[in-house]
Amino acid sequence: TSNMKLILIFSALFGASLCLETFVGHQVLRIKTKNEEEVKKLQLLESLEHLELDFWVNPSSPALPVDVRIPASNVQAVKAFLESCGIRYSILIEDLQVVLDKEKQDMAESQQRERSGNSFNYGTYHSLDSIYAELDHLASEYSNIVSKLQIGESYEKRPLYVLKFSTGGSNRPAIWLDAGIHSREWVTQASAIWIAKKIASDYGTDPSVTSLLNKMDVFLLTVSNPDGYVFTHTTNRMWRKTRSKNQGSLCVGVDPNRNWDAGFGGPGASSNPCSDSYRGPSANSEVEVKSVVNFIQNHGNIRAFLTLHSYSQLLMYPYGYKCTEPADYAELDALGKAAASSIRSLYDTAFTVGSICTTIYQASGGSIDWSYDNGIKYSFAFELRDTGRYGFVLPASQIIPTAEETWLGLKTIMEHVRDN
Amino acid sequence: QDIDGVGPKYHLELVLEDVLHKDSTVNCTAEVLYHLGNTTAPDVQFTIEGEVKNTDEADNMFYNRTKSLEKELVGENIPDSHGNVSPEMEPVHLLAWVASGYVIWQNSTENTNFQLAQIKRVKQVKRSDEHLEFDYTILLHEMVSQEIIPWQMTVLWHPQHGVQVTQDSRQPKHA
Repeated sequence: TSNMKLILIFSALFGASLCLETFVGHQVLRIKTKNEEEVKKLQLLESLEHLELDFWVNPSSPALPVDVRIPASNVQAVKAFLESCGIRYSILIEDLQVVLDKEKQDMAESQQRERSGNSFNYGTYHSLDSIYAELDHLASEYSNIVSKLQIGESYEKRPLYVLKFSTGGSNRPAIWLDAGIHSREWVTQASAIWIAKKIASDYGTDPSVTSLLNKMDVFLLTVSNPDGYVFTHTTNRMWRKTRSKNQGSLCVGVDPNRNWDAGFGGPGASSNPCSDSYRGPSANSEVEVKSVVNFIQNHGNIRAFLTLHSYSQLLMYPYGYKCTEPADYAELDALGKAAASSIRSLYDTAFTVGSICTTIYQASGGSIDWSYDNGIKYSFAFELRDTGRYGFVLPASQIIPTAEETWLGLKTIMEHVRDN
Repeated sequence: QDIDGVGPKYHLELVLEDVLHKDSTVNCTAEVLYHLGNTTAPDVQFTIEGEVKNTDEADNMFYNRTKSLEKELVGENIPDSHGNVSPEMEPVHLLAWVASGYVIWQNSTENTNFQLAQIKRVKQVKRSDEHLEFDYTILLHEMVSQEIIPWQMTVLWHPQHGVQVTQDSRQPKHA
């Protein structure tokens, strides 16, 4: 009988099994049983204590997979047994010690970060308070080049914080970067804070960032719409607009990217307060928008206006409110394509390049149309990952890869701005 | 191409990629005919070159597991706010994708671009026959208007009989 076979095979190994402290060569198998008979065979296996099998999921029913850790010396024998009985399995972990070593390393690094005061996990989504705390932390850890400014307050009186990256000078030419104007686009706020860390920590070590900050300043608004962002955490994950009250309507909020003074009131925005693309009662009616407009105009020396959205994987330049080409079409298109190429170089993520109107849809009152028509030639809007599989609810595991590739695209644009 | 008296017709050549097995692709050609007035769903004809992966084993596992549940399966917010889908809910998520494809097709015009944004709620409805039945409330994201539209759909499924949407209706949006 096969039971006899089992006992014969394994008793031969009994004498050879060692008691090891480490898990070198231990494998974790996932066994998929087809019927009760196979479950019973596994339960018999479980009873052979000298095999030192460690069932992470015990055999109980044919519907559930069985996960088991097998000491290195018994791996081949257990597999041989399973195969001879026609029981299907797959290898979940090839070498458990490798996994454990990596985990130890990760924890040490994490502890190192905690000791240096930074335990912010860039690979997960954070509350507004947590992001704001990290802004303070970055401004303090990199105080030689990073400072935090408040450019205004949201409708519900939350501060609008911008990080300024500067190595000095007075009113140097600068690059503007914002994220989260549409609150449900969580990967943008998450990427922005990663990018903040990246810029700060790369100064002095990365030649490109170093030469950029030696000539220009960078202003980064990580959460452009804090009221909306909080609302996506507390009440409605899919909220897009601001949270301003609309006179004469029960519906709340204005689409902040239809509220800029660029083709305002034209096609591609709604006049209905209940719509997710409601333009608002007038251009700049939203304090979140007006605060940025004031900042940019008062600064007077902004050379690039870059804004992050999700999703669709697009890299766009003006115009959205009309379908005619901007005067700098050729340069913007070439630069856009170069940036998309940089993005693709990392994880093969493909971005489509073009004007807003021809690439996505006609949309009036958009921020990069305003910035372009106000003399900021290098105006680009990014739509980050993905293309619809998860859409707004992009898994946190994709935050850092998204931030990394987006940063390469931004860098390409910034380098061009620096050199022109 | 505009067909006089009927509507615009599009010829498409595309590559389909298996979301679960990224290296598995098939070529597809399709013709989509929109009807003037947008009151009927567009006509779609397509041909596929090559074979789609066989999913019998996974289908049967999900079918058997669900049929044998004592309490009806329920779920909400799939994926959750952070993009997570638990392994037990993954088949329910995939089923919603297929079924929402039907709803999207029935409601598409040249000026819409729908994606399934999230499953708000799902509840299994026990049946005495062999089919599995699920009552879904899904959120559809319409790209052009940027609206999130709640939609109810009743989905029937069986490993050999495929997916059927027996009922569906657009739901009112909350203010």
